[in-house]
This record gives sequence, C-alpha cells and structure tokens, in this order.
Amino acid sequence: MIQVDRITKRFGAITAADEISFEVQPGEVLGFLGPNGAGKSTTMKILTCFLKPDSGTATVGGCDILRDPIGVRQRVGYVPENAPLYDDMTVGAFLKFICEVRGIDAGQAKTAIERVMHECALEGVYHQAIETLSKGYKRRVGLAQAFLHDPQTLILDEPTDGLDPNQKHDVREMIRRMGKEKCIVISTHILEEVDAVCSRAVIIAKGKVLADGTPEELRARGGGRLEDYFRQITVGGGASAAAAGSEKEGVA
Amino acid sequence: MTATQAIMKREFRGYFGTPLAYVFLCVFLMLAAFLAFRDGLYESRDANLRVFFFYMPWLFAFLAPAIAMRTWAEERRTGTVELLLTLPVTVKQAILGKFFAGWAFFGIALVLTLPIVFSVAYLGDPDNGPIWTGYLGAFLMAGAYLAIGTFFSALTKNQVIAFIIASLVCAFLVFAGQPSVLKAVDSFFLTSWLTPFVEQMSFLTHYDLMQRGVIELRNIVFMLAITAAFLVCSAVILDEQKAR
Repeated sequence: MIQVDRITKRFGAITAADEISFEVQPGEVLGFLGPNGAGKSTTMKILTCFLKPDSGTATVGGCDILRDPIGVRQRVGYVPENAPLYDDMTVGAFLKFICEVRGIDAGQAKTAIERVMHECALEGVYHQAIETLSKGYKRRVGLAQAFLHDPQTLILDEPTDGLDPNQKHDVREMIRRMGKEKCIVISTHILEEVDAVCSRAVIIAKGKVLADGTPEELRARGGGRLEDYFRQITVGGGASAAAAGSEKEGVA
Repeated sequence: MTATQAIMKREFRGYFGTPLAYVFLCVFLMLAAFLAFRDGLYESRDANLRVFFFYMPWLFAFLAPAIAMRTWAEERRTGTVELLLTLPVTVKQAILGKFFAGWAFFGIALVLTLPIVFSVAYLGDPDNGPIWTGYLGAFLMAGAYLAIGTFFSALTKNQVIAFIIASLVCAFLVFAGQPSVLKAVDSFFLTSWLTPFVEQMSFLTHYDLMQRGVIELRNIVFMLAITAAFLVCSAVILDEQKAR
C-alpha cells in the first residue's frame, strides 16, 4: 500500500512536486500521468527514498519514507526511468548481485532468479552480457531485478518507454497480471497505456495533482475521450505553464 | 552476505571484467620494477628494498586515481546510481563496498611485487622489518589515495576530470614534503608558521619512516584519518549530488 501525504520538492526555483497526495491500495494499478517534466519521476524517486522531500511524507509498504528508508526499499521493487543496468555484467551475474544486496540467501536466490527469468521471458540470455542485449530484453532485465524479492509494491517509471509495440504489449500483460494482487504505480505520458493496464489514474502537471479517478471517470469528464480531458487540464492550466516556460528561456 | 560485501564483490570482479585491471597491474609492476632497477636495486650491492619503496608514493599518486575515477562518476553518468541507491543499501555501505574493492585490488598489486622481495632475499640477507613495514605503509597510503580518488569521483560525472583533480591533490600531498615546496610555501606566505603544517600533511613525511622500518602510531593514524575523512566527505557529497 502507498499513501502519499503532501509531498513537496523544489530544485532551485522550480517546484517539481507541489503538495502531491494520493493513495494506492493492493490490487490497484495506478497510472501516474502527466506531460514531460510534470514531476512524475521526482515523485517516484521520493517514494523509493532516492530523493528526500522538502516537506510532506509518504508511507510505502507500511514504512515511512523519512523514518525507515531501508525498510521501504526492502519492500519495493523499483524500475528507474530508462531502466539503468550494469551493462558489463551478464544477466545471471546481475540478478545474483541484486539477490546478494537484498540479502536473499543462495538457495532462495536460485529459485527467485528462475522465477523472474520465466516471468520476464529471459530464458536463453542468462549468460549473455547485458550490453549486448536488445532494448526490449534490457527493459525486461530491469523489470526482473525489481521482482526478485517478490515485492508487494512496485514502482515503475515509464516501463514501456522506447519499446516496440509487441514489447509494449508483453510488458503491459505482465503488469496487468501482477496488478491483481500487488500494489503498482506506473508513470507514463502515453494515454493508451492507462486504458490498457491502469485501474486508476492520477494526472499531474507542473508538480500538482490535477485529477484522480478511474479511466472511465476521467474520460467522462473530458466528454468521452481521455486525450481531450488530459489536454483540457494540462494545457488549460498550461497557459501559465507556457508563460513560465518562456520566462525561464528568457532568463537562460 | 551483507550489502557491503555484495557490492565489494561486484566491484572487485568488475575490475577483472574489463582490461583495466590487467593494464593497471602490468603498468604498475613494470614501472615499479623499472624504477627500482634503474636506481640500482642490485648495483647498490646492499640487500634492501629502499629504492623500490621510494617511488611508491609517486606511482600511487597517479595509479590510485585511475582506479578510483570510475567508481561514482560512471554510476552517475549511466544512471545506475539510482538503481544501486534504491536497493536496501545505505550510502555508507555503498561507499565502503566500492572502497574496499579498490583497496583489495591494490593489495593484490602489492602482493604481485613479492618476486622482487624473493630475489633480494635469495641474493642477500635483507632486514625483513623495513620490508614489511614498507609494504604496510604502501598499502595504507594506497587506501588514502583511493579515498581521495573516490571523493573526486563522487563530485563529478566526468571520469577524466575526477582523475586529473584527484591526481593533482595526491601529487600535492606527496610534494608537500619536498624541501623545495616547503621553501616556496615559506616565501609565498612570508611566514614560517605554516610550513610545519604543510610538511605534516605530506604523505612522504609519514611514509618515509615506515619504509625505514619505524612504525609509529601517529603515522598510521594519519593515513587512516585521511582515508576516513575523504570517505565521509564522499558519502556527504554523493548523498547531495546523486540525483544530478
């Protein structure tokens, strides 16, 4: 379960997250929507305790992100944006390393690795160096490392970004399958993804939560199309956003 | 296995996964032997390793930053730092894991110089005390240099910048003990109270005694304190800079 309570994060003059609050229950797949630069990644980095919020807090998997960051990280599976990996390692060595860091003992690690290799369709590349893999495989290795300790909470930052349609389909299938019992947050700026996998969506722009509801509700508010609603609220408040953008350029 | 051990193991294997380790070991062993023989390891007709240890501070000043430059700069450039530091690992564990891997690597490099010891022992009857204290001094010094390299690697995403600045700082810490540098400090600041500080900061001042077989607590403490100080600073900087 994830409870986010008025998280705020500033980088200099830019407010990347402005009093963001939302909740995710087990069995839910929350789509975290917003234009590029809306603060999606920042929020996810805060939830995985990579960044500290300036104010506000959150509870992830029952642990407070400020008081027990290690506890949070033990309970969460996280795929950062672009799924960075240690390219010089083989897939097997990399997954073993993650098990070791997570303190999974050797016997359990073997079954865990076999399980995620199967789940993420990685059979056959166990001995291959990660740098020689295609983008789709790399992304699946990134997902596999997040599933190793079978976390109840998954935070996935643009998990399908840069994949071809078939690979996107596979990843979405996987998320949908896992979403039945786990608590999952995925960020995206692709609206079709929301319909494909999410049971609920939160739309943010300029660091603020603008809407929170099921895809159907949001679509109804936009007069039948999610795109329209997304444009309405992100560009509607975006007149000032555009102005702020040009101001920044002026300063630069 | 603790997280620190896991990270250390990965890093240590990582050295041997790239040509870096082999290039480093070859360059180090060749230079160490070349400099020792050039300065008359045999010609002096005296069974000791003084000329061999004499060049260690200079060699390490450039080789340690070369080993350390990757540690954090590369992680930050490729974004893997986000992967590593969202695993259940503290910044301290991550810094220590990587540092110990580098230090162990230097340990191996030093062990591989043992044939020089064996040949001197075969040809003559060396005093073993200064040899072992010399090795201890070199090992401690390598740790201090590595910590400095780690610090500058945490400071920038650019390995080359990390290497150059760390080398300069390491070189300064060696040269600070030279009479010419001390004289320059004297005349530049027009006071002499600063000079002993600069002299005490030099690795040479502390290492010199060890390679002669004198083990003094303060020399060991100096090396360990420099190591610890730079590692703590690395942790602070990394925590601050990791997301940028």
